[in-house]
Amino acid sequence: MVDKKAVIDLDKCTLCSSCVEACRKFCAIEIVRTTTQTPDIEKYKGVWVFAEQRKGVVQSVTYELLGKARDLGGKLKVEVACVLLGHNIKEKAQDLIARGADKVYVVDNPKLEHLLEEPYARIVTNLIRKHRPEILLCPATSMGRSVISRIAVQLRVGLTADCTGLDVNADERYLMQTRPAFGGNIMATILSKHHRPQLATVRHKVMKEAAVDLKRKGAVEVVEFDKSFFISRAKVLNVVDEVISTVNIAEANVIVSGGRAMGGAENFKMLEELAKVLNGAVGASRAAVDEGWMPYSHQVGQTGKTVCPTIYIACGISGQIQHLVGMQSSDIIIAINRDPSAPIFNIANYGIVGDLFEIIPLLTKRLKEVL
Amino acid sequence: MNIIVCVKQVPDTSEVRIDPATNNLVRDGVKSIVNPFDAYAIEEGVRLKEKFGGKVIVLTMGPPQAETVLREAIALGCDEAVLVSDRAFAGSDTLATSYTLSKAIEKIKDYDVIICGKQAIDGDTAQVGPGIAATLDIPQITYVRKIEDIKDGTITAERSTEEGYEVVETKLPCLMTVVKEINTPRLPSLKGKIKAKSAVIQTWKAADIGAEENRIGLKGSPTWVLKIFIPPPKPKGKIFEGEGQHVVDQLVDSLKGLLH
Repeated sequence: MVDKKAVIDLDKCTLCSSCVEACRKFCAIEIVRTTTQTPDIEKYKGVWVFAEQRKGVVQSVTYELLGKARDLGGKLKVEVACVLLGHNIKEKAQDLIARGADKVYVVDNPKLEHLLEEPYARIVTNLIRKHRPEILLCPATSMGRSVISRIAVQLRVGLTADCTGLDVNADERYLMQTRPAFGGNIMATILSKHHRPQLATVRHKVMKEAAVDLKRKGAVEVVEFDKSFFISRAKVLNVVDEVISTVNIAEANVIVSGGRAMGGAENFKMLEELAKVLNGAVGASRAAVDEGWMPYSHQVGQTGKTVCPTIYIACGISGQIQHLVGMQSSDIIIAINRDPSAPIFNIANYGIVGDLFEIIPLLTKRLKEVL
Repeated sequence: MNIIVCVKQVPDTSEVRIDPATNNLVRDGVKSIVNPFDAYAIEEGVRLKEKFGGKVIVLTMGPPQAETVLREAIALGCDEAVLVSDRAFAGSDTLATSYTLSKAIEKIKDYDVIICGKQAIDGDTAQVGPGIAATLDIPQITYVRKIEDIKDGTITAERSTEEGYEVVETKLPCLMTVVKEINTPRLPSLKGKIKAKSAVIQTWKAADIGAEENRIGLKGSPTWVLKIFIPPPKPKGKIFEGEGQHVVDQLVDSLKGLLH
């Protein structure tokens, strides 16, 4: 501040736009943008979803994106289509139609069995250039994010990652993409007004799954590509699954998670028993994974998985922001911790201050009686 | 082996708090740090140099104060540092950033491997690493948790997946983004710190890297922020304290409706 007026150091300013919002009532700051626009922008119509499949199975996050795509497509009055790449995958197209796709573009080839960025990006980019959808939604999985980033660069369009909210301005036909930033401390609404398609990735369990309607009709178009499209400078030598239980935590409706206070790998058995009673899965904080008590595939948090179960029980987890980022959108958060000032209690719906080694067995027993 | 490590200076977002009185982000006193994931990228780059010989060039795009992270990287074993800085880059989204860093990498010219952290903790997009690979038209391996081998112009590495991992073999040159499982970063040595203090940081502006005006900064950014807001605060929860069986019963009673 100089003489009671804010002075912006243009050498340090990164044009993040937060000052515009802060000073909105004074209309004090305006950022003037000039940018090129996608030619024939009004010709881009349709909402697309990139279908993620692993080992020939369509991942349920795809159905969540289809649900949102139908909502957006309805408001824009346009068709919803799916892009499905893989090997021996054609029959799955019908599942996508049952979940809301009006059309499915299928590309079936042995070289697409594993998701490899180069051929996948090349093919999807080609389909986009040909059919010109205005929006493409992609799962924010490790592979989804990896592929879509290449597509965005190849098309030179905007890509917004990990959207928690998506809506359209139907009059001006643009997508409003809301997502957390700054480790989840703030939310930002982002637009790609002048470029098409508008690309967005969405994490698993953020949107609601589309309902199944087996009577739905749709079109399936099997698209052939010249072999040059399948060239890849990378190849997958081996695929290893490390999930120790049959319940994948990202899919679970109940997660019982253990932190540093668990003290050892064998103590997680207690959490497994509790999880079993609730038909849930066991998760772990980074501290527990770093100690080697649980494998990384069970880690919840900024550097692990983001989960959104109905119930999340945090046992002996202090609640550092890096963990919260991975589970704070759970419907009900229950915390069990010996320390009443643990930050986890700030976001918990219910909490017990106590020794988890005493509480967990009592809780398991009580729930067995009640359920 | 010529290794380029891309890093970013970020605010320490774990220290960022909402001021309950004004509902605004409190950024005062929040220090700038090396993006945590980039620390692992630097460590992996230095380890590759120690194993295969060669040099590590650390690169960042940012305002002038970003030079600090480059010096930290040199203290950890990087050999050369490049700061790409120009007011014209302000307002860059991930597309413009990928383009700008790619132009700098093209100017550096000789590289076998580019290493980036998985994502930056302020933007949290994980887009720039693959964005650079796509702009340079080189293959990528993301979420690398272990490099198994580099030989005969290929790299074999483990990439993390939601269920476990895949073993991927890719031709060089390639770009990798790394996750924290890949290594444990070293602390800077005294010798490294002394070297870092007097190191010459090459500073390049838009003209130095031949960047096209309409592909950098605001102009080159298809995405822009319409607004920023604080998420609505969660109502305080019910905390039970007391005798074990009693609190458990209280909790289960509260959940009764939910469990059926």
